[in-house]
Amino acid sequence: MVPRSRVVIDRGGLQALIATLRSAGYRVIGPTLRAGAIVPGEVAAIDDLPAGWTDEQQGGQYRLRRRDDDALFGYAAGPQSWKQFLFPPRSLLWRASRIDHGEVATEAGGPVDALAFLGVKSCELAAIRVQDRVFAGDGVVDPGYRGRREKVFIVAVTCGSPGGTCFCASMGTGPAVGPGFDLALTELIDGNRHEFSLDVGTDRGEEIIGSIPSRPIEPEDEAAAHRVVEGATARMGRTLEVGGIKELLYRNYRHPRWDDVAGRCLACGNCTLVCPTCFCHAVEDASDLAGQTAERWRSWDSCFSLDFARVGTGRVRTSTRSRYRQWLTHKLATWIDQFGTSGCVGCGRCITWCPVGIDITEEVRSIRRTEEA
Amino acid sequence: MTVPAELPEALLSEPMVPREYRVVSRRRETHDVVTLGLEPLHGPGSPVRPGQFNMIYAFGIGEVPVSASGDPAAAGPIVHSIRAAGLVTRALCDSHPGTVVGLRGPFGTDWGVDTAVGHDLVIVGGGIGLAPLRPVIYSVLANRERYGRVSVLIGARSPADLLYTSELQSWRSRFDVDVRVTVDVAGGTWRGPVGIVTELIPRALFDPASAIAFVCGPEIMIRFAARSLVDHGLDPANIRVSLERNMKCAIGLCGHCQLGSEFVCRDGPVFTYARVGRLLAIQEV
Amino acid sequence: MGIEPLEVLLRDHPFFRDLDESDIQFIAGCGRNVVFEPGAYLFREGEEADQLFILRHGRVALEIMVPGRGPVVIDTPEEGEVIGFSWLFAPYRWRFDGRALEKVRAVALDGVCLRGKCEDDPKLGYELMKRFASILVRRLQSARLRVIDIYRP
Repeated sequence: MVPRSRVVIDRGGLQALIATLRSAGYRVIGPTLRAGAIVPGEVAAIDDLPAGWTDEQQGGQYRLRRRDDDALFGYAAGPQSWKQFLFPPRSLLWRASRIDHGEVATEAGGPVDALAFLGVKSCELAAIRVQDRVFAGDGVVDPGYRGRREKVFIVAVTCGSPGGTCFCASMGTGPAVGPGFDLALTELIDGNRHEFSLDVGTDRGEEIIGSIPSRPIEPEDEAAAHRVVEGATARMGRTLEVGGIKELLYRNYRHPRWDDVAGRCLACGNCTLVCPTCFCHAVEDASDLAGQTAERWRSWDSCFSLDFARVGTGRVRTSTRSRYRQWLTHKLATWIDQFGTSGCVGCGRCITWCPVGIDITEEVRSIRRTEEA
Repeated sequence: MTVPAELPEALLSEPMVPREYRVVSRRRETHDVVTLGLEPLHGPGSPVRPGQFNMIYAFGIGEVPVSASGDPAAAGPIVHSIRAAGLVTRALCDSHPGTVVGLRGPFGTDWGVDTAVGHDLVIVGGGIGLAPLRPVIYSVLANRERYGRVSVLIGARSPADLLYTSELQSWRSRFDVDVRVTVDVAGGTWRGPVGIVTELIPRALFDPASAIAFVCGPEIMIRFAARSLVDHGLDPANIRVSLERNMKCAIGLCGHCQLGSEFVCRDGPVFTYARVGRLLAIQEV
Repeated sequence: MGIEPLEVLLRDHPFFRDLDESDIQFIAGCGRNVVFEPGAYLFREGEEADQLFILRHGRVALEIMVPGRGPVVIDTPEEGEVIGFSWLFAPYRWRFDGRALEKVRAVALDGVCLRGKCEDDPKLGYELMKRFASILVRRLQSARLRVIDIYRP
């Protein structure tokens, strides 16, 4: 979906946007440079953004490189996604204390900050939509997720710099931004100018940009925005054939490729940590030593852990083979039956951050190829 | 595709917070199985349909899923039979009348006893698997004339591991239900059949074209019993099985209970064999 | 002693279903009616195995005496079934005890007689072997399922 551009702002306008969001009570989270990577952090001004930086990614490789311009959003995807804010790695569900006669009083987890996400790439926005269907979809709605999600203000960004492991075009999640944003930017930068086309998605977004200096969009701006999308589409690092992928994987639970990948996979779970859609979590109950206060915590979990799936007192998936198969089949196949869309948005993080560079697109390609053979 | 959960209103607003329940009765069934009766401290309880389960919470220790095993038609305490197998279940089995526990639920799909009206029934329970089937048996016997021939086939490791022995006797003494009990191994005082519970299937009387089976027990027993029932002519869509996986949220969000695309807590625990038979046959899925 | 001739009793039994009339008469020549009171042994471990029992009524416990545990029942063939296969192959010795759990009526077929008849008439021999094999396979599968101890916590 190509957003219908409305106005154009410059760097000053972007700075004003950040300031307006802050004075409206939002903590603005945007891309920042930290420890050799581009990760979300609190930003107060456009100087906090990684101007002129991009990332080079391949299987098991990530490094930053200077661009020959000062683009603020000129990178692909860092190791951390926006998932950590909507579905925190660790959160308190409730705390209970014993009172009289064995009875118990319960309080829920604490208040929620209003956050503004600045720089949500198209794949990341798609990932938020995917998690919306999990935590606030047709099934039971998670009150914590809904509470955090309702308060989030999203400024999305069209991706102009796909990386070596990117395949959002294959998954239909980018490079153009899809629905779910309050505002959406496309960075228009060349030798002559550094501006952003700005689309409004919600009333809330309309309100925020009311006081920001801007100019009406011209046909040449729209053409430039269009070229950004076209250029990015042509520079994808990877491709994944999605036709019939669910049936393909359902047919091949016993394929020898699973043994092959098991020989390489360390079951370290990195892929599930960096993946913006993985939602599996543990629920832990704990109490103080006196047994008077109890807490229930939720924390990220991974299907790669040996004890993840149990029946009776035994483990269901003891082999690495079965756990890798579970992760990939869930992400690309069973997710579709569960939630109506793929679980994968093509961000490529699992490929980049796998210590041995296992490539989900290659695994699927191999199964598909040897089937047709 | 997903089916919206029909949970009680209070549970929908705070799905992860247990309600307080007090243990009002306790009965030891075998060396490792205890049956508890639970009543809510405040307000009315939420009725549990046969096949559904509750998450029962031992304060500060943890929660486990336990199927309903009481009489759905009886007012009064919610009844659960619990096997002591880990920290939480041991704590629950050790609890006595007066102990306050937490309870969330009910969750999951039910056995659909009402939809089996007019059919012959084959009920197959192995070990602790008899506990989730007991509500079915109560329900059927209370409305006996609505069903065709009823066979109840029960297996356990040994005579000492049989559940609900006094009720077994009263069921066996009826003339309108065929109850057969077998054990894997027995001492000299056992005069009944010895063998795996699937061996009772060939001797049960039912019309294979229309009979509906309810099967529960260790998953391998379910697999073999279902296959045997299919070999005897039952339609896999008429074989209902109750599966089990570890559960932490019971609301289809934590991901632990997945079997293929099924969330056992939400799409199950009761499934038709037609739906899950293929998954049961795949190793480590 | 039964009033009906042995051929009729055998013909009614599931094991001999669809067998030729002449074959049934052949086999009946090896047989005699037997009755066991509850608790009586049909055979004991170690004794010479020279009989096959076609169970017409009642249940039999196949047992092993385990020191320290007493008799352990491992199988319970009942009416409509067959018990006893040790007569088929050398050394022709019973491996287990067979004890009547209730009143048992059976036709006991003499092993030597039956083996001889199978050697003389391979067609009949093959037919009987197929039926024995079918029972043994089922019993083996059942025993294997119990070996894995499905109820183990």
